[in-house]
Order: sequence, then structure tokens, then C-alpha cells
Amino acid sequence: MNKAVELKQGQNQLFSDPDADKAREFFRHKSRAMVNKVTTAEDAVKRLLKDGDYLTIGGFGANRIPTAILHEICRQGKKNLAFAGHTATHDMQILIAGECIDRLDIAYIIGLEARGLSPSSRRAVESGKIKLTEWTNATLSWRIKAAAMGLSFLPARNIMGTDTFKYSADKEIVCPFTGQKYVAHPALYPDFAAIHVHECDVYGNAHVFGSSVSDQDLAKAAKRVVLTTERIIPNEEIRRQPHATFIPFWCVDAVVEVPYGSYPGNMPYEYFSDEAYLKEWLNIEKDPEEFKKFFKKQVLDTKNFNEYLELNGGIEKMIKLRAIEHLTDKK
Amino acid sequence: MADYNPMELMICVAARNLEDGATVVVGTGAPCAAAMLAQKTHSPNLCIMFEAGGIAPILPSMPISVGDSRTFHRAILASSMPDVMETCQRGMVDYTFLGGAQIDMYGNINSTMIGDDHAKPKVRFPGSGGANDLASLCWRTMMMTPQDAKRFTDKINFITSPGYLQGGNTRYEAGLPKGTGPYRIITNMAIMGFDEETKWMKVLNVNPGYSRKDIQDNCGFELKWADKLVDTDPPHADELRILREEVDPHRYIIGR
Repeated sequence: MNKAVELKQGQNQLFSDPDADKAREFFRHKSRAMVNKVTTAEDAVKRLLKDGDYLTIGGFGANRIPTAILHEICRQGKKNLAFAGHTATHDMQILIAGECIDRLDIAYIIGLEARGLSPSSRRAVESGKIKLTEWTNATLSWRIKAAAMGLSFLPARNIMGTDTFKYSADKEIVCPFTGQKYVAHPALYPDFAAIHVHECDVYGNAHVFGSSVSDQDLAKAAKRVVLTTERIIPNEEIRRQPHATFIPFWCVDAVVEVPYGSYPGNMPYEYFSDEAYLKEWLNIEKDPEEFKKFFKKQVLDTKNFNEYLELNGGIEKMIKLRAIEHLTDKK
Repeated sequence: MADYNPMELMICVAARNLEDGATVVVGTGAPCAAAMLAQKTHSPNLCIMFEAGGIAPILPSMPISVGDSRTFHRAILASSMPDVMETCQRGMVDYTFLGGAQIDMYGNINSTMIGDDHAKPKVRFPGSGGANDLASLCWRTMMMTPQDAKRFTDKINFITSPGYLQGGNTRYEAGLPKGTGPYRIITNMAIMGFDEETKWMKVLNVNPGYSRKDIQDNCGFELKWADKLVDTDPPHADELRILREEVDPHRYIIGR
């Protein structure tokens, strides 16, 4: 490719600072102490998430999501958050209902995959009140990976020539070795990440089973990380199989034990999603007034995640969802 | 009267395009059904991949999410989204299927918005998800869609995922990997490919019960036609039986 090649850039806003030296300065002072980090969702959100922060959520929309943290963010009325819509489905439904978001990095939003579109999220995005920048799933994965690597960008070969690129904040570059045109994806260092895991010890050393989406990179890229966990295990379990450690303690700021914590989402090897409940939520969203009441009752007026579970069938419901999970031996 | 519906036809045709031993990234719905059908007929070693990280599962039933438990049920690998996308970028993924609200003559697809103000869209859709990545990086992109003149348009509101962009060589000049691009557009009426030089959409096969006029009337731009138009081979009895009994027994997809 010759020197005259025109290098384009996306025209929309970058909602986070990709500067790797600033990130190093933060991580230089992040605690390395292997201390007991167990706390409540209420305390973790109060202490680690501020209004205006850049928020990321682990898992995949309605699979392995930290529901207790999402609810708590709404209950505490956190405002003006930026959010990565990295296949955001039920997680984003909750944050939109709580009116927590004013900037949105979009890969996949407002849909619940094969379940249909969220009327409430759609109204919010069509209102023009939320600032929108377009990306793609791979792009957000690589932006998070760039941060996990301690860089300010990663080159890639997707997105160029499209309107998705035009409304992103990407920039084109030329490979210094081959002359090939690449897109440079800016590193994404979120202020806060919440990730739901299968098990971890009190220090935050965690195991996750099944598809990991971007969560290993996310735990490294985010400045503050909260794990919710199905159960707390002894540190000896971690040390017995160090090859299986998915997230190490030095990435983690708080640990919250939340059995059934991905409900109403799917938790692989544990329980399946509550499809009837997700459908009910989508239906009620059609009527904004009815939905406001529903959301208040379900989320704002429940004291904590246990109360929310009780309201929706409690342990009996959970046993039913365990029975329909595809990755357990039911025979 | 045909004893199959248009969705069944599209799924059967799509499945025939997936040869044994190939790799394909699919989403939920019809593409997943096509891949499952291919695996249960002529392509037992088809490697089915999901963008959240599930690779080569034995699917117990149709997933509702590309990240749900089924997508790595008895799989070869439960990996990550960057790993799947990097496998595409490395040139190891042969096929993918996309959907969208609009498609133009160069196979560019819109799944982002209708309207002319990005900040305040008239109608908002989910956006790229992994579609742009898969369209950029997989060797061959296919689409299964009902055909009408609104959906097949030369005035696409937003190019979410790249086809051949502005035609000719523009896709590769933009920086996308050489040799990639749209391959087949499978509709209820016809099967289209793309002209080798101009990259303009070209009808290859006509589905049973439709005429050239039907196909052109239900397309918002002038179609090109293959020199030798071939009639689409309708779904075979064994394909339909497996599709109805094993792939989608609850008719979630084929009942639409």
C-alpha cells in the first residue's frame, strides 16, 4: 500500500481514557494484599462505584450475570454512568429501568437475543438522551484486551469501511511492517467491573466454568472489580489446582457470596434461565407505567437479592431451574 | 401445493452449503437450525461455533442465547469471545450467517437503525453485536431472509456489517482481509450470489413457485441474472423429517 493511503477515523465520542501510563499510575497503587474481601453487595457498590463512572458487567447479557450488583446500583440511584453494551441484554434492561446510564458504548443493545427486543431499552435509546458510540463485540473484547495488556490500543482487521466504524471512535493506521491498513481500537480501562463466578475464596481467587466471554481480560482491565460468587471455597482448593484459577486475587476488590446470583439468567452447570420471568418482564415493559410499578416492586423495594429471590419463587423455583439446566446430570 | 414452508426451504438450502469438516459461526434461530441440519445429514464433522466461546458442541436443542449452556454442551472447547473472533481473524472460519433489516446490492447489511440521525434514530435495532466482525473476518458470509422491496434496497440507512461496500475492489481497499465477503443470499424466492467483477447481487437459482418477475418485483434495485438460471432443488423428504423431528421439534423456527 502506498503512502497516499487515506486514514479515516470514527466521528463519535470516546467515553474512556485509553492512556496506558495513567492506567499504570492507578495500578501502581492498587492493593496487592491477600486479605479477606468478603462483603455485601450494598457495601461493594457504595464503596467502589461513583456517579459518572464507566461501568462494565461480566457474563453475556442473561448468562452468568451479577444480578445482585445490578439491582444494588439501581437501589443506590447511581447516575450518569457510562456502560459497555457488550451483548447487553437483561443487564442493560435493569440499568435502563434504574435510569443509571447516560453514555453507551454499543456492540449489542436493547435485544434479548432470540427472546425479542426490550421496549423500555428501545424507548430510552431512541429518546436521544443517551450518548451513543458504535462498536462491535470483537472490538469491545479487543479494547478490553488492550487494557488487560497495559496498552493504549490494539490493531485489528474488522469494522473498516462501514458506518459502524464511522460512528465509532476508532482510527485507522498502517502496519509499519507490511503497509497493510488496520483499525486501531482504543484500550478500554473501565472504572468498575462486576463479574459473577462459580466459586472463589475470600481473597477473590476465582473459578469460572464454561464460556468466559471477555471476563478474564475484564478483571485485569477494570480499575475496581467486584466478584459475586455462587459459593465461597477454601483457599486450599485454589492452591490444589492453580492451572484452573480464572481470576487471581490481585485483580479483585470485593467478594460477595450470592447463591443463585445470576438469576433470572442462566448459570452454566448450576441452573438454567427463568424464561417465563424474562418473558413477563419483556411484556410488562410495553406499558411504561405498569413497568415502573413492576420494577419498583421487584428491584427498588426489595431489600437485597434474597428478598428478590423469595419474591420470585425462592428455593422451590431455584430447584426447578436446576432441574432444567443442560449441563447437570439429571439421571 | 408444496409440502414445506419458505423457512424450511431456506434452512435446507443453507444447510446444503455447509460441507463436511467446515467451520461456521452461527447465531440463534434459522442459522443454528441450518448448521444442526447439516450436521445431522451430510456434514457430521461440521464445526459449529458461537461467538461467546462455545466451540463444537453436541447441541441438545436450539439455544436461546449464543452464550447459554447449550452452546458448549459436550463441546470440544468452552473458550472466549476474543478467542472465537481471533480464530476468524486468523482465517480459520469458513462460513457465517447474518440477519438484518436491510441489505443492498453489494451485500452490505443494516442491523443498527432506521432514520438519518444516529444520535436520535427513528427505529433502533440491537447494532452489530458480532455481525460486523464475522462479516469482516469469516471467508464466506451468507444470509437467510424473506425477500421484499423494502428490505432489499439501494438506499441502505446504515452499513452495520460489510458486504462488498461500494462494489468492485472497495472492500479490500478499505482494509478488510482479501478473499472474504458475501457468498449466498438465500430468500424465500431465490438464491443469489455476487458478480465476480462488479460484486453486484446476481440471481443464481429460482425457488419453486416463483418467477423472474416475482424476484425482481420484490427487490428495490435491479438484479443481475446468471447466464444459466437453475431451479432450486426443493427440500428432500429426509431433510424435512430431520429438520422437523430432530432439529426443531417445537417449531420455534420453522413455525414462524
